[in-house]
Amino acid sequence: MEMEKKFGVYLCKGCGIGEAVKSESMHKAIKKEAKIQHIKEHDILCSPEGLAMIKEDIANEGINSLVIAACSPRVKYDEFDFPGCIVERCNIREQVVWIQPPGGEEIQSMAEDYVRMGAARMKKSDLPEPYQTECDKTILVIGGGMAGLSAALHAANHDYDVVLVEKEQELGGFGAKLHKATPSSYPYTTLQDSPVLAKIKEVTAHPKIRVMTGSTVVKSEGQPGLLDVTVSTNGNEETMSIGAMVLAAGWKPYDAAKLDKLGSGVSPDVITNVQMEEMAKAGKILRPSDGKAPEAVVFIQCAGSRDPEHLPYCSDFCCAASLKQALYVRQQNPNAVAMILYKDIRTPGQTELFYKEAQSDAGVMLTKAEVTGVGLAPGGKLKVSATDTLLGQNIAIEADLVVLATGLVPNTVDDPIINLEYRQGPGLPETEVYNGFADSNFICFPYETRRTGIYAAGAVRQPMGLAMAADDGVGAACKAVQAVEHIAAGMAVHPRAWDETFPDPFMQRCTSCKRCTEECPFGAIEEDEKGTPFFKINRCRRCGTCMGACPERIVFFKDLNVDIIGSTIKGMEVPEVDEDELEEGETPPFRVIGMICENDAMPALDAAALHRLTLNPLIRFIPIRCLGSFNMEWIKIALNAGIDGMILLGCKYGDDYQCHFVKGSELCAYRMTKLSETLDKLGLESDRVQQFEIAISEFDKLPGLLDDFVARVIEIGPNPFKGL
Amino acid sequence: MNAEQKILVIGGGMSGLTAALEAAESGAQVIIAEKAPYLGGRVAQLHRYFPKLCPPTCGLEINFRRIRENPRITFHTLAEVTRISGGAGEFQVTLELKPRYVNDRCTACDACAQACPHERVNDFNYGLDKTKAAYLPFDMAFPQKYVIDASACTGDCGRKCQEACQYEAIDLDMKPQTLDLEVGSIILAGGWELYDAARMDNLGYGQVKNVITNMQMERLAAANGPTVGQILRPGDGKAPKRVAFVQCAGSRDENHLPYCSYICCMASLKQALYLREKDPEAEASVFYIDLRTPGRYELFLNKVKEDENIKLIRGKVAKVTQKAGSQDVVVVAENTATGEKLEETFDMVVLAAGMVPSTKAAPAALPLSYTPDGFIIPELLPQGMFAVGSLKSPLDVTKSVQDGTGAALKSLIALGGRS
Repeated sequence: MEMEKKFGVYLCKGCGIGEAVKSESMHKAIKKEAKIQHIKEHDILCSPEGLAMIKEDIANEGINSLVIAACSPRVKYDEFDFPGCIVERCNIREQVVWIQPPGGEEIQSMAEDYVRMGAARMKKSDLPEPYQTECDKTILVIGGGMAGLSAALHAANHDYDVVLVEKEQELGGFGAKLHKATPSSYPYTTLQDSPVLAKIKEVTAHPKIRVMTGSTVVKSEGQPGLLDVTVSTNGNEETMSIGAMVLAAGWKPYDAAKLDKLGSGVSPDVITNVQMEEMAKAGKILRPSDGKAPEAVVFIQCAGSRDPEHLPYCSDFCCAASLKQALYVRQQNPNAVAMILYKDIRTPGQTELFYKEAQSDAGVMLTKAEVTGVGLAPGGKLKVSATDTLLGQNIAIEADLVVLATGLVPNTVDDPIINLEYRQGPGLPETEVYNGFADSNFICFPYETRRTGIYAAGAVRQPMGLAMAADDGVGAACKAVQAVEHIAAGMAVHPRAWDETFPDPFMQRCTSCKRCTEECPFGAIEEDEKGTPFFKINRCRRCGTCMGACPERIVFFKDLNVDIIGSTIKGMEVPEVDEDELEEGETPPFRVIGMICENDAMPALDAAALHRLTLNPLIRFIPIRCLGSFNMEWIKIALNAGIDGMILLGCKYGDDYQCHFVKGSELCAYRMTKLSETLDKLGLESDRVQQFEIAISEFDKLPGLLDDFVARVIEIGPNPFKGL
Repeated sequence: MNAEQKILVIGGGMSGLTAALEAAESGAQVIIAEKAPYLGGRVAQLHRYFPKLCPPTCGLEINFRRIRENPRITFHTLAEVTRISGGAGEFQVTLELKPRYVNDRCTACDACAQACPHERVNDFNYGLDKTKAAYLPFDMAFPQKYVIDASACTGDCGRKCQEACQYEAIDLDMKPQTLDLEVGSIILAGGWELYDAARMDNLGYGQVKNVITNMQMERLAAANGPTVGQILRPGDGKAPKRVAFVQCAGSRDENHLPYCSYICCMASLKQALYLREKDPEAEASVFYIDLRTPGRYELFLNKVKEDENIKLIRGKVAKVTQKAGSQDVVVVAENTATGEKLEETFDMVVLAAGMVPSTKAAPAALPLSYTPDGFIIPELLPQGMFAVGSLKSPLDVTKSVQDGTGAALKSLIALGGRS
């Protein structure tokens, strides 16, 4: 039910606003143009006294829709939080007073514009009502290796039902096949038993975990909270209801057969680190060719890894693993020698202490080397040739056994694994950009994926060893249980975890153009048999990309839609000047709208204000949740209103994108390429509307960037539609 | 989960913030205690992250917004935990809140700083400049509230700041407060300190002009830093054309830090790119023992290698000295591959100083087990208590976040699970 709105505008006079802005004229603008009669001002609106004044109005006058014309919404947020009320913050301090020189000519019109625009936005906005559906909170974990076991165990210990699906007949993954694990706890110098075995016991005994071995996920339909997942166990299919997933499907060793340069296939005595581990676990390291215990073992590091022709990345675990296997060789035979040939020894963090320990063994030798070949030598031996070593320029080493430290390949490289029945495809998108890994590309938010409620953990996410995988599973489990709780409560998940709004399309006017279904970065929009889109809200992250994409303007959020922002734009006053009154060579005052990303461009503008940089006074900024929600209709509205130009400030896009909705700024830029044609056809210069990338830290670039843009608009000349 | 019980997160850096937010967004009541006057910790001082070269304030902004929007999180700045007793489910904690001398009425208008006659060394910029005794730690500080450094405020100016403040926000008589809390579980997230580079006599820090640390380099590159983002050497303010990066400055050295500090290789490669981005003619030489860019950071290394003006030299730096009669710096290194000695002159030297857990100098407020290097041994922590991030082992930001997320779930379980 929509509430009856009672408006109030509250003007702050503190922080220089009172001295800079004429309040009489402000009142007039609010009363006449914004048509709000209830206006109050205070010398320090955020002070307890100022707030008491507002709260009194809420209690006694029934004011429930407020414009706070004061400072940035990023500050004094607790003070100006009025539960149950619509609150629109107009940033007169940072976006007017602090970025203009004292006595700046445009200050008054800027402040009045912002209040009118804020009033328009407030009037059109509504309080959110959460979208709630029934919700199953069972967590599905795919993969029974270290990461998956750890995820399952922690979700179950937090009292969630867990289904653990493992494709092998046994749990444990590679961790269960180890003879010993590299040290992961103090003193970081001694080999440890694989921690996987204890985890398997805990998992199989846990009453809240259902283990399904020999099983794979063949189909996942629906949306988080309401996923129907079909699991095939040795050919028998079963469909179950799932809330969220942890994808911990692990890795496979890089195919050694491709490494003929390193002697693969030359002799059975050229083996991989996985084979070495199997032998050690079986109790005896022996040459496959003759069953003899080797006296000299050479380990070749980066066998496939760090090689553009094979795996361009470093596989992370292999240096420590070879050090460990060198110790196996030494423990089996104190007279044996193990030599490790490396590009760089990578034992970061505390693993360095293990490296030092292994290095102190006289029978473990290490040298940097570029291996040039592995061949047969007399007496059934092998010969490893290398250049550029610490032992000399060109060396040849005889070995009884050569171990190739092959790297890891994530299982997501050629298998979607989760098999989503989503219009945009069965797997996590664009894993090819990350060498097949289900990487998030966010440094600050490593568990983010582009499929809501599905979190990757372990070696499918990044190359990592056993200890890291165990930790990684816990974090992914945390995100999964959080996702089902948010979905049940009707709230968004990261990065808008507080948000109760959601896209609500007016389907009668949908033309099935499918732009929304194609552009949604999170695959949240499906199509029925007739090709009509329908929204799966639980998959949605609330970026508003669908709203931005929709040419029919039918996607509505309670606090953001095409009309709300259109009305906000129209709140800006475009000065009308009779051409006859202009002096020779004089132009009418120009006006520009700035559409800005609220997470990055807006704080950058605030920082510019804090540094008291002067910013161009002809621009009025409107923050939106992401440039992905930018609808081209707003350009039409602005140009029709006589506004001369529009500047869009969004995040960096491309491979190292910074957009928290992954594709928002990029999609906006894509739409803008189409715009140029349209504007050119109308006889309007496309340079009037431009998008720029600005990072949150680049406040120092703003003065020049904004001035240059405005100068370009002035150069083009006034909007010919002005005054029409 | 016992709804009455709270989680205390000690430390408001990236791993602590993450742990707190992930726990709160999972339904827990969380309190953050941070000893600095702002949240964000070490990452707030970084210009950009490797490998994406994106600004840390971007993710911090999201996290601060999550705090603003979440009624289940409270935080205290200038807060130190002085006592912890009890056990899981019923820890008694005493927080000491140092006076900020500025109350919640502060609007960050800057009038106090303008009026203040005294200066202090700017620790946020690693001593590269000064602020007034009344100051805002940095432009993106959260909370956006000024603070007065009592050690720099001599009190003899006649309370100029108080006079200048129109908001009654200055309270020079503010007293320390203690706060007693009862919490169900505790997450230790105290982060790390930079190893004191002056302790390596041969590397010249503090003796040789224009030898700086990697963290100082971050501040020099940042637009909100002491040089407004111009990389200028501190000795004479000249833009350096030739810069040497000395890896393992303290790390992997039995006499200093026996472990590897994890981030320094990537950080120096990143900083070489800062230099190159600011000055297309500048040259960087990185002296290293092993280049450690694990996992997909290898691709970042490859990107850096494409730049012909960045030289990667396998060699341990033996000595850094002042060039006689000059501001320049002489670096002597031994190429470990060839054994030959190199001697080269640079305009500036950046020491890739290592990471020391904050518990090394300031152990937690109850007896815990530490490694000889001051890291917490997580297996030996009391029940209901967890350590995250660099308190256990050196690591990068993304792994701290990963670890913080896991710690959130572990502490929720410690409170008795969901039911």
